[in-house]
Amino acid sequence: MIEKLFKFHGGVHPPEHKAESAATPIRPVPMPARLVLPLRQHIGNVAKVKVAVGDHVLKGQQLAAPEGMISAAVHAPTSGTVVAIDEQLIPHVSGLPDLCITLQADGEDRWIEREPLDYEDMEKTAVIEALRQAGVVGLGGATFPTHVKLRADPRHPVKTLILNGAECEPFITCDDRLMRERADEIIRGLQIMAYLLDAECCLVGIEDNKPEAAQAMRTACARSAVPVEVVLVPTLYPGGGAKQLIKVLTGWEVPSGKLPSEIGVQCFNVATAYAVHRFIDHGEPVISRIVTVTGKVARPGNFEVPLGMAIETLVQAAGGAAPDIDGFIMGGPMMGFKLPSPRVPVVKATNCIIAASPDLFPPQPLPMPCIRCARCADVCPANLQPQELYWFAKSQNFEKARDYHLFDCIECGCCSYVCPSHIPLVQYYRYAKSEIIALDRAKQAANLARERNQLRLARIEREKQERQARHAQKAMGAKTDTAADEAKKAIIAAAIERAKAQKAAVTPQNTDHLPPEAQAEIARIEARRSQAMEQQKE
Amino acid sequence: MMAMASPYLSEQTSVSMIMRKVLLALVPGIAAYVWVYGSGILVSLLLASVTALVSEAVMLKLRGRPLRPFLLDGSALVTAWLLALALPPIAPWWLVVVGTLFAIVVAKQLYGGLGYNPFNPAMVGYAVLLISFPVAMTQWPAPLELAQAKLSLLDQLRYIFGRVLPSGLTVDAISSATPLDTLKTQLKLHHGMADIMAAPMFGTLGTKGGEIVAGAYLLGGVYLLWQRIITWHVPVAFLGMLALLASGCHLIDADRYAGPLFHLFSGAAMLCAFFIATDPVSGPTTPKGKLIFGAGIGILTWVIRTWGGYPDGVAFAVLLMNICVPLIDAYTQPRVFGHEK
Repeated sequence: MIEKLFKFHGGVHPPEHKAESAATPIRPVPMPARLVLPLRQHIGNVAKVKVAVGDHVLKGQQLAAPEGMISAAVHAPTSGTVVAIDEQLIPHVSGLPDLCITLQADGEDRWIEREPLDYEDMEKTAVIEALRQAGVVGLGGATFPTHVKLRADPRHPVKTLILNGAECEPFITCDDRLMRERADEIIRGLQIMAYLLDAECCLVGIEDNKPEAAQAMRTACARSAVPVEVVLVPTLYPGGGAKQLIKVLTGWEVPSGKLPSEIGVQCFNVATAYAVHRFIDHGEPVISRIVTVTGKVARPGNFEVPLGMAIETLVQAAGGAAPDIDGFIMGGPMMGFKLPSPRVPVVKATNCIIAASPDLFPPQPLPMPCIRCARCADVCPANLQPQELYWFAKSQNFEKARDYHLFDCIECGCCSYVCPSHIPLVQYYRYAKSEIIALDRAKQAANLARERNQLRLARIEREKQERQARHAQKAMGAKTDTAADEAKKAIIAAAIERAKAQKAAVTPQNTDHLPPEAQAEIARIEARRSQAMEQQKE
Repeated sequence: MMAMASPYLSEQTSVSMIMRKVLLALVPGIAAYVWVYGSGILVSLLLASVTALVSEAVMLKLRGRPLRPFLLDGSALVTAWLLALALPPIAPWWLVVVGTLFAIVVAKQLYGGLGYNPFNPAMVGYAVLLISFPVAMTQWPAPLELAQAKLSLLDQLRYIFGRVLPSGLTVDAISSATPLDTLKTQLKLHHGMADIMAAPMFGTLGTKGGEIVAGAYLLGGVYLLWQRIITWHVPVAFLGMLALLASGCHLIDADRYAGPLFHLFSGAAMLCAFFIATDPVSGPTTPKGKLIFGAGIGILTWVIRTWGGYPDGVAFAVLLMNICVPLIDAYTQPRVFGHEK
């Protein structure tokens, strides 16, 4: 039993805007005719294409395989034909296109053969590999491949398994609805995960603004055999950050730069547990997810959306957007980003789409100078000094920014949220981080180049000396015994010695009985060879 | 256009909102001031406000900065009001103008304007006046209830702008040394504390009249705390340290050292605790740093009041501690999440 909850530093209470989309049950959407599936919907290596243009594929068929350990597969959300494999605009902050598979649906929606996995009778590594092939990633938005986190690591045994149902960002309600409607399935997924990790303690953290979800989860826990504790945590943004939730539930802080597993904790989103259950118990890979569509749309709510569906088509399913919108935000208003186009597809990271308008998100007034009021420091969940980091980033004093732990910033946006001077602080930190990373890379490249140049200069110098030595030798000719001749003689003598030693050591060779002249000739040849070899070696 | 990147939400707050609340929090103090010393202070406030806004506008123009956002942010008015409240309420007009000019032009704008001044502008203005015009700075009017003669508002205006007093009155009839000053002089003459405090200018807590004003500042300070414009650290550390030193010495030798309540309710202690030392720009930002900063001002204020050459030590204490701010901040960085201490 959790007797006491802990607090993390700071946090803010932005208006929640959850009621708009949380009231109605999850709705299905009609299968679109065309689906665009980016090959990188996860953190890690790009998946490797396994199909060719023109191939007919079935629903749930793997289209791209994971490449390496940290990677995830991509599957067909419906049956149809692969019509293109090319670069398309994807929902990413950069706004840059990436490689995608385009699928033309055949309307039959025909599944591959699905079989539940008898995971308890399998090697755990085989289950992990199966999950790797199923494309399961963290569905809270971070999209880190789940199988990597489920591998048992003997150095860091995971004792505590935490399901994250906090959903702290305003507007988003997909986890809330999922927990209300499919709590049994989530708990089943949790059970599988706990089995794979050998976890001793299972916790579900839910913010106390979702009492219905908590109730549903508690009922499901009571029905299931797994000992799980559902804990209501105070509603405080960013309480759903993995490190913040772990701190609130256990009081432990994940050390800077380390993973939660290194302190014996593993944290998964509730939707990820649901995806694990769908795959293990039904053989269904990740081909859809729950997406909140809210903001300025006619009928906000949650939808079960096939991956690859265009955002604009999804928004149509929610009754269409109001005419005054000025774009769509993917994710929440605190950490999400504006989509480069409404035509980009829904991906595994798409937890929420907000039709944004100026009255929902008023334009920011012009930034004023920082007055060092330190409100940002009061709300920073990492307990950083944002006003100092801002100062260092602005003055391009990047080393100092690093010293003040810039890389512990989780970019939650609390500092910008409270800033009375309306300074876009997070943007300064993103800028400073990318500059530091670029500088580090440049430094590495420069070091490498310098090393290479030094080697090159040394080689040129050596070659010059050798050339000079050769010229000098030529100039001297065979007239006198020069130092070079002496050296040559020494090498010959050494070679003879070696030959003699060899002769003594090994069985007699047919050269042994040659006359001394011939032997001397051989020795000279040997000497030249060894000299040539020496030179080659250099 | 909405914000370029997340977060797209922000709290309804602004620099001018903060400054307006600070000005609002000063209103009870000003009202008490008028009640105790008469309406002369309103003239000083107006003079300082106009000077501050005009000089700020000229400096912004010279520096090629936009006028509107910076004139409307209210920071110049806060500086002007704090300086005016620190000066004698019947100070000659030029004293107010020179002090305000120095505060805005030199201490604030020449250092880069809002957010860039390392020293509290109002206290810089005050210190310059105290050093340059010590006589004018110590001519405080007696509280109305003690004054031998009461000046009408017109008389006060005549005195402020022309140094002309109604016939038959001398400067001594309307002004007196401040209680802190009197205490210092009397102690030098080896009078006992009890005898000194028996004089009518000393009140129940601090000084007659002055204690009411101080109480009103305390009220305004509570409002600022409630509105989360300031945090408790600086006021508590400053007043606590001042009271601690005063109590300690008062216990050892009550005849030579005034008690804690006298120190808290005399001079500019309350004004400093909630309005001056809490200036975010020239103060430290870390919680521990704020405690050190406040305690440092408390120590210096008490030391200057007790042994220094000036009757009140608040301004110099604040300026001296302003110098230490970068050092304090550097050495009081809190532990970052996931890091060892």
